[in-house]
Amino acid sequence: MASGIMDVIANALNLITSAFDAPTGAIIFGVPIDGHLMFEALLVMVIVFQLTKKSHKPPKKPLTEKEIDELCDEWVPEPLTSDSTEETMIEPPTLESAAGPHVIVDGKDVVNFASANYLGLVGNKNVIDSCVGSLEKYGVGSCGPRTFYGTMDVHLDCEARIAKFIGMPDCALYSYGFCTIFSVIPAFSKKGDIIVADEGVHWAVQNGLDLSRSTVFYFKHNDMKSLEAIFEKITSRIKEPEKVRRYIVVEAIYQNSGQIAPLNEIVRLKEKHKFRIILDESHSFGVLGNSGRGLAEYCGVPNEKIDIITAGMGNALATDGGLCTGSVGVVNHQRLMSSAYLFTASLPPYLASAAIGALEYLEANPSVLTKLRANIAFLLKELSDVSGLATVSHPLSPIIFLKLKKSTGSNKTDMHLLDSITNQVLKEHSVLIVTTKRSSLDKCPLPLGLRLFVSASHSESDLVKAAASLKKVAAVAFS
Amino acid sequence: MVRLPYLTALTTLLSYGILFVFGHLRDFFRKIFDWSKSNNLQGYAPICLGYEDFYTRRLYLRIQDCFGRPISSAPDSWFDVVERYSNDNNKTLHRTEKTTKCLNLGSYNYLGFAAADEYCTPRVIESLKQYSVSTCSTRVDGGTTKLHTELEELVARFVGKPAAVLFGMGYVTNSAIIPALIGKGGLIISDSLNHNSIVNGARGSGATVRVFQHNNAPHLEEVLREQIAHGQPRTHRPWKKIIVIIEGIYSMEGELCKLPEIIAVCKKYKVYTYLDEAHSIGAVGQTGRGVCELLGVDTADIDIMMGTFTKSFGSCGGYIAASKEIIQHLKRTCPAHLYATSMSPPAVQQVISAMKVILGEDGTNRGAKKLAQIRENSNFFRSELQKMGFEVLGDNDSPIMPIMLYNPAKIPAFSRECLHQNVAIVTVAFPATPLLLARARICISAAHSREDLIKALEVISKVGDLVGIKYFPVEPVKPNKVEHLKKIE
Repeated sequence: MASGIMDVIANALNLITSAFDAPTGAIIFGVPIDGHLMFEALLVMVIVFQLTKKSHKPPKKPLTEKEIDELCDEWVPEPLTSDSTEETMIEPPTLESAAGPHVIVDGKDVVNFASANYLGLVGNKNVIDSCVGSLEKYGVGSCGPRTFYGTMDVHLDCEARIAKFIGMPDCALYSYGFCTIFSVIPAFSKKGDIIVADEGVHWAVQNGLDLSRSTVFYFKHNDMKSLEAIFEKITSRIKEPEKVRRYIVVEAIYQNSGQIAPLNEIVRLKEKHKFRIILDESHSFGVLGNSGRGLAEYCGVPNEKIDIITAGMGNALATDGGLCTGSVGVVNHQRLMSSAYLFTASLPPYLASAAIGALEYLEANPSVLTKLRANIAFLLKELSDVSGLATVSHPLSPIIFLKLKKSTGSNKTDMHLLDSITNQVLKEHSVLIVTTKRSSLDKCPLPLGLRLFVSASHSESDLVKAAASLKKVAAVAFS
Repeated sequence: MVRLPYLTALTTLLSYGILFVFGHLRDFFRKIFDWSKSNNLQGYAPICLGYEDFYTRRLYLRIQDCFGRPISSAPDSWFDVVERYSNDNNKTLHRTEKTTKCLNLGSYNYLGFAAADEYCTPRVIESLKQYSVSTCSTRVDGGTTKLHTELEELVARFVGKPAAVLFGMGYVTNSAIIPALIGKGGLIISDSLNHNSIVNGARGSGATVRVFQHNNAPHLEEVLREQIAHGQPRTHRPWKKIIVIIEGIYSMEGELCKLPEIIAVCKKYKVYTYLDEAHSIGAVGQTGRGVCELLGVDTADIDIMMGTFTKSFGSCGGYIAASKEIIQHLKRTCPAHLYATSMSPPAVQQVISAMKVILGEDGTNRGAKKLAQIRENSNFFRSELQKMGFEVLGDNDSPIMPIMLYNPAKIPAFSRECLHQNVAIVTVAFPATPLLLARARICISAAHSREDLIKALEVISKVGDLVGIKYFPVEPVKPNKVEHLKKIE
């Protein structure tokens, strides 16, 4: 029995081997094809077929309409504003007259340290007269963007005047100071470029940095060593320096701390590492320098070394709007690429006339700058011994910044303490000073404090009154 | 919707092709000639790399004289356009002292408040003398005057919402409000043709942005269903909140938005709505209250209504109107309220006076007359243009009417020829519109009289024949129609 099966198997094996070795009679490419080659070819074909077939995945079933309906019904959105409204809104004081050094609030005369009216131009008769003429000629608004009949001869005159004043070839006028910087930065810096910025820059700059989609590095507030370290780090990492645009963004006078940027040092570093500088001079234009031309004049840096200067005109020039100057190429580039220049109505003509009037006043009366500096110095001396508060701003900054000597620990309680101080100062002593406000969207890490905006039109008695009332209230609050 | 004939599309593409080829040729030769000159960048990367500014240098600069024309008077129905000349083929333009009086079909002057007005201007000058040009301060510091609080209440009453807040500029309103309302983990669905300020605000907020087809409520529903069902990308967590952003009148198309359908979709899926009425507030509706009044939508159904004062009120600035809680929240967090200089007091007074005129609270019916006039003007002008065979976009009652040009060469031809005949027209090309769909945009005002419109129609018809933009067949002119037109004063 076993031998019978063995015989059958042996016969089958013989049959298969003979079939494999038997020549089929076909000759391809001069090679005789044997039976086993046919079998191997078949095997190869099967292997290739299996390899090319996609691996088996469970089939993806899209959601059915009913499932989508259920998900949509179940979804509950958060409320649009999820605020804990336990903290009541502190209403700002309502002014009933022009925001000059004295202003009427609630029928009472109050000394005003809340307006950035550095040159005392609020209420200036010449400026107001030129505005009246402008209003009668042009109306209020300009009713169109710059490219579509919104350019008036007043705008072109204003641009030429500002350019002549600063000493740059050309200038672009924006319709609002706040949006100037956050439109200029994305116009020049795009994705893939590098920006180095001070960590204490204000929100508009931060928004511009976000919108530009560039890589941003922050350095410690006004700390040149930190800046140098970051420059070294970046320059060693760039592979193609000819193709990557690099910018450094600083403010001349930081509105969050009153510090002044050391421009000489920054220019030296930026020339070494081939960065372009974007300088925001909102609070220093018309304030620093012998004739008010800004930080470059004060530090003795020639204008050609600063690539882009932006400024809001709502401070020293006592009007509204913004400006951006630089070389001809810089300004022309903005006129076609800057969104807040192209896609929005132009500056109302009467504000441009007011800007021209302000510049004429400044050029005719450079002594107003010495008066401003004297006022700042006097007030700083008077405020040097306030209990619980310390002045941290630069001696030349028209924003006097007082921060708490000892913080209570949380921003919220700090704000409550500072708000109570300013409220008392206003109610009991009729002096208007303000705290720093910080939006929840703001990423600035600098401490909160009190701010006083000094003006050239403040008299000595105003300054004495402000210092005395603050000292009295602070003594009570910090006892 | 724009229907682009095949032949026109082909010729437009061909024109752009020729322009691009020429541009590249000139760039090539420029590179050769400049190769010998030393590169004065000294290691700095150039401001524009590669072909970033190709369109500007080679296409836009050729027709630069059609844009940015300066004027030397108020942008009323007739204004003075300053003449310019160029010595280097349009690369730089120089002003002259000469001006030409032209009919203004380009300014956003819907109700005619652009020039000095008998009711508004004396009050504006008075407020200028009382409050001076600017407060030099932010709203929360010392920049709130009685005028600002008065205007906020008036705006809330006018628009039909419980409360409102003001900002100094319309562009900033959108860019700074949207980040305050929504952040990471939220979804913004915006119309595909929304304005640049909304796009910037959406990008700056950090939320995910999706786009739905222009004015297409069924597509909006499709996008909403898909997004709610799938949740946030990658993590699939449910969205924190969803906001749909639309505009009242789209300024490049002149179309009204299909508000009732879109609001119905939004209510069904519990999403918030944000309506940007920059061009429609004060210009459409029976009493000038915007698209909600025109299309019969209750203002309580829209969560946030935004608008600007530049167009219909002849001033500057923007506002947001919403419920009291939202406005309080915005006053606490919005950076434009906390950090930006407050609106200039004379501009605030202008808006207050203009609104009083529109509401009839100045004691006359000038407001109602202006609103009726702009409606009549827009409808008359649009129907006449369509009868002449032009391709005009936009809906009835909308004061904006774009006329399609398509071909790039027709843009400067139309613009310059109209200016020769003393009609000032605005032409729009890439990048404000898609590349193939260049157009001339007309903005009608209540200050235009019937004679002005008839003159404009004559000039446009003549120039249209010259340039060849009457893409549709002309309606046969009935013999007594011409006298009928002239009889209406």
